[in-house]
Amino acid sequence: MRKFLEMLGSRFMSFVHYAGGVSTLMGMTLFWIPRPPFRRRQVIEQMSRIGVDSLPIVSLISLFTGMVLALQSAYQMQKLSAEMYIASLVALSMARELGPVLTALIVAGRVGASITAELGTMKVTEQIDALETLATNPVKYLVVPRFMAMIVMLPLLTLFADAIGGFGGYIIGVYKLNISHGMYMKNTWVALKHKDLYTGLIKSFFFAVIMCIVACYEGMKADGGAEGVGKATTNSVVVSFILIIASDCFFTALFYFVMKQ
Amino acid sequence: MIEIINVCKSFNSHQVLYNLNLNINDGETTVIIGRSGCGKSVLLKHIIGLLKPDSGQVLIDGKDVARMGEKELSALRMKFGMLFQGAALFDSLSVLENVAFGMIEHTQASRTEIKKRVKECLALVGLKSIEDKRPAELSGGMKKRVGLARAICIRPQIILYDEPTTGIDPIMGDAINDLIIELHNKLKVTSIAVTHDMTSAYKIADRIAMLYNGKIVANGTPDEIKGSKDPIVRQFVTGASRGPITEGIDFEHLI
Repeated sequence: MRKFLEMLGSRFMSFVHYAGGVSTLMGMTLFWIPRPPFRRRQVIEQMSRIGVDSLPIVSLISLFTGMVLALQSAYQMQKLSAEMYIASLVALSMARELGPVLTALIVAGRVGASITAELGTMKVTEQIDALETLATNPVKYLVVPRFMAMIVMLPLLTLFADAIGGFGGYIIGVYKLNISHGMYMKNTWVALKHKDLYTGLIKSFFFAVIMCIVACYEGMKADGGAEGVGKATTNSVVVSFILIIASDCFFTALFYFVMKQ
Repeated sequence: MIEIINVCKSFNSHQVLYNLNLNINDGETTVIIGRSGCGKSVLLKHIIGLLKPDSGQVLIDGKDVARMGEKELSALRMKFGMLFQGAALFDSLSVLENVAFGMIEHTQASRTEIKKRVKECLALVGLKSIEDKRPAELSGGMKKRVGLARAICIRPQIILYDEPTTGIDPIMGDAINDLIIELHNKLKVTSIAVTHDMTSAYKIADRIAMLYNGKIVANGTPDEIKGSKDPIVRQFVTGASRGPITEGIDFEHLI
């Protein structure tokens, strides 16, 4: 019993320690963002790595998701002869839920992991210490450009995923279920409200913040050589996934209760 | 003048430095010797403010490093150059960008000035025409020399060397020793090196201090250390496997 309590206590302490570390890094990042020098070249470089390079995989996955959504809902809706509403269903599910969440998960796996591995390697090879000895703040130099790039590119990727997902639904709806082009488009635009798009984008913004800070924190606290970097990378992806899904649940509930109209 | 006063530091209840006192005079080369893992690098990181002591003070020209604000610490670090054990070159930057890092970040120097200075620094460490290479393309010895070029590029007053000769062949090790002496003579800097390579220590040091069990147990000129009667110092400098340092440790199973 005592051992169990001790274990519980130490788990709790390490959780508090982790939360404290992540919050401190968040605070330091916000502190350094408005302070010059602004590293425009590095931000653009990171934008290209995070956003442009993720486009193919995000497109592929959202296209298939849109198609699968259309097919699966057709299976049910055919019974009610309500296939024409598939357009609304695909557009709404993509914009409100699947676009932001899927894109965030893909980017966490693809980019979050690489950020942790890169910063982790820099940490264990003393490159982060070297930055400090050269009078350069590692948060300012390493975290801020990645953070800026991530909070811009993830919502953009999400918008892109929404559109491609809608296109996936369109392919199935128009070419397989024989809904007319005009009807499909009309049902898409009638169903979609501004609110659906921007709630999705708000979610995606917070996912970007969470994922980037977790990835950088895990990288910057890595130790113990290659093994440590491996562990940090795994942790980074697992923690990001959990936090993305948990905060998705939170934001969905928040938007549901706060913005009913 | 660097004064280290009663510094204690522990990691996860493992006490690494314990009431450590050491003074380092301007313009001297001080070598800190000790076994691997005894806290030499930790001590070095305290001097440049990468680590903060649990208690005690590190004073540089009378100012406590641990109490400095971000700006003051940055200004202080511009006076330092540090060569890391594994050189710690930035993988994503070219040799030129690595060496010029401090200049690019903290001065308004023009591109031509930067190129000229980098060329000078690389020449000083015996390298040329490698500005456009990436660190991954360099050998271990070259990386260390580029690391040294980066450390001296901002014209520091104090240079810290973390195991300058570890991990490279003896000939390159001696070349690095010559470099350290040459830099010391040319640039008139204060140098602090940590090493367990006694050949290197005797060659470059004005003073040698030995770190053992978290404290400085001996501090003197190379000749004084060579002639020391202290059994701990004697065992270390002669490299004997039996003695007070290894008391209770059985090496039989290795034979």
